[in-house]
Amino acid sequence: MTETIKDKVKAFVIENFLFGDTSYDLADTASLIENDIIDSTGVLELVAFIEDQFGIAMGDADIVPANLDSVARISAFIEARVGAPATA
Amino acid sequence: MCGFGGYFGAVPEAKILLERMVAAIAHRGPDENGVFVDEGAGLAHARLSIVGLGDGQQPMSDETGELTIAFNGEIFNYVELRKELRAKGRRFRTSSDTEVILHLYDVMGEECLARLNGDFSFAIWDRRRQRMMLARDRMGVRPLFYMTHGGTLYFASEIKALLQVPGVSAELDPIALDQIFTLWAPIAPRTGFRDIHELEPAHLMIAERGKVTIRPYWQLDYPEREASPLLTDERRAAEELRALLTDATRIRMRADVPVGSYLSGGLDSSIVAAMATGMAPQGLRTFSVTFESVEHDESAFQMEMATALGTHHSAVACRAGDIARSFPEVVRFAERPIIRTAPAPLYQLSRLVRDEGLKVVLTGEGADEVFAGYDIFKEARVRRFCGRQPGSRIRPHLFRKLYPYIPGLQQQSAEYLAAFFGAGDVPLNDPLFSHRPRFKSTAATKIFFSGDLRTRLSNYDAAEDLASRLPAAFGGWHPLHQAQYLESRFLLPGYILSSQGDRMAMAHGVEGRFPFLDHRLVEFATRLPPRMKLKGLVEKHILREATKDLLPPSIGQRTKQPYRAPDSHSFTGAGELDYVRDAMSETRISDSGLFNAKAVTKLYEKCQSQPVSGFRDNAAFVGVLSTQLWLQTFTGTSVRAAEAA
Repeated sequence: MTETIKDKVKAFVIENFLFGDTSYDLADTASLIENDIIDSTGVLELVAFIEDQFGIAMGDADIVPANLDSVARISAFIEARVGAPATA
Repeated sequence: MCGFGGYFGAVPEAKILLERMVAAIAHRGPDENGVFVDEGAGLAHARLSIVGLGDGQQPMSDETGELTIAFNGEIFNYVELRKELRAKGRRFRTSSDTEVILHLYDVMGEECLARLNGDFSFAIWDRRRQRMMLARDRMGVRPLFYMTHGGTLYFASEIKALLQVPGVSAELDPIALDQIFTLWAPIAPRTGFRDIHELEPAHLMIAERGKVTIRPYWQLDYPEREASPLLTDERRAAEELRALLTDATRIRMRADVPVGSYLSGGLDSSIVAAMATGMAPQGLRTFSVTFESVEHDESAFQMEMATALGTHHSAVACRAGDIARSFPEVVRFAERPIIRTAPAPLYQLSRLVRDEGLKVVLTGEGADEVFAGYDIFKEARVRRFCGRQPGSRIRPHLFRKLYPYIPGLQQQSAEYLAAFFGAGDVPLNDPLFSHRPRFKSTAATKIFFSGDLRTRLSNYDAAEDLASRLPAAFGGWHPLHQAQYLESRFLLPGYILSSQGDRMAMAHGVEGRFPFLDHRLVEFATRLPPRMKLKGLVEKHILREATKDLLPPSIGQRTKQPYRAPDSHSFTGAGELDYVRDAMSETRISDSGLFNAKAVTKLYEKCQSQPVSGFRDNAAFVGVLSTQLWLQTFTGTSVRAAEAA
């Protein structure tokens, strides 16, 4: 389950933010902001992806780098939240 | 204001070449042209007649025939200089400012530059000394490019004139491309063209006896941070500012043709137009560009100001498709790849001015650099404020206030805001502190560079290159002054005054004049304490104080609205033009060898499918498209960029 989520997340990041550049060595723990992979509009694209793909309603308090700033963090967040209610 | 070209050295069939050079920049000077050929030197000139309509033809020689000049621009204090020179017994044959430069050079040699208040670039052929002198104004309003080919020095107002020299072909400089995709513009003297250089603002070149020397004759300088402020009384400072700005505007109204004014609806052009209105007894013409999209349009403010001043106002609407339709011409005139579409509406605006019969306009450019108006100055202050309490959840909310127009930013948490702006990440003593987030977010566009280009540029860092060119005193300046220097010395001449300024105006034979860039005003502003310029988060405080009686409160108290234009979405959607599809096609991208064709295709599809694009995607789209157009225009798509130097 975790592997599948991570694969999906990574595929989305590579396709949408790295434009299919598979030569980019994207470590699971690499910061998406510090590595200039994502900007403020990109965060909203990422939120839309998570909500659409995994059926998670994300509250404002969820949209923080601690949950979303790497493939590993995003995957862990989704895994923990699948089926759980959104925070305020 | 005009265009010129020339050479110093041996050139076969010189007259033919000079005629071709001047024909390539005929848009700069549609009124007259002329050619001068001497042994070992030649000059050519395309004239836009503004001062001395009947007797200012160029190239112009002095009485003896020993000195000959080709000149682009205006010397605004030529009346005072001529009076001075006459008092010393000099006799004038014309009423032009051009002849004033000749006399002054004859008296003072290159030291004459210190006496000139103007926007100029010129070449003086000194037959007696067998030397060619080139010079450019202090802030970089007027362009001047040069190259050496076959042992001969060639120079011109635009690069397209230099491309007329037999044996010279255009090659894109990959370092310049890296600089554009990081800093928005090449770092002068580098241009987009390999082996073609730009004479830097406030520099002169002397070529004689086989040797070329280039040196600055003026420098933008700020006081030591710890030094006592030179101007501490705000009321007196405001009075002095007002007097200087009034005189700067007054001498910029000098012309033998009507002078109009741009009117964006913002503070700066409103101040200029208000001042000019009182100096134009026949009434002032004002000109604006409007947009369909609410986020870009300022027409309500433009109309309010025009009504308040009683100007005869004209506006051109930048509608869906206009930017895309004009963009190939915009790139041809800009002569470089650009990452924003903002020059395109200004191209439309100068056409409106010309169609309405004017050829000179005042603009408010320069006030944001001189009096700290840009958001980037406030952003740096907020970043420092956040950096002092890195864990604060309250302080980063200030970033929202700075950028209400950036899509997505308003919805972000404090943590994300702090992360996006690198609050606390950039060392406070970094000389590029103020500009690091901008350079970093712009450089993210280089993800679209091809593997080959990335390999060639692997050891190059544009931001560090820029940092290495800062003056020794830079580290001792106040952080606001450091940020102002970066804007004024690099982005202002490199992008604002060129790609958005001279090139778009002169495409239609229109001369822009910039009261805020009068060097007396620039020097005065450097001596102001930072708190008089950026007071808290209120930009251009002292300028507002000095001019508050000129403007309606709704204009005078307006927060800076950056001039922007729709970017990638100008090229996608209904009515998409064939040239865009062609230039961005996988085949064309692969042919150029500069970008990753598959990644660009995905970018193109993303911009087509999403209603809003972020900064990186917008800048990348416009940057890639303009680079493709540059290659088509100047080299043909099959030609690859030069190897990285």
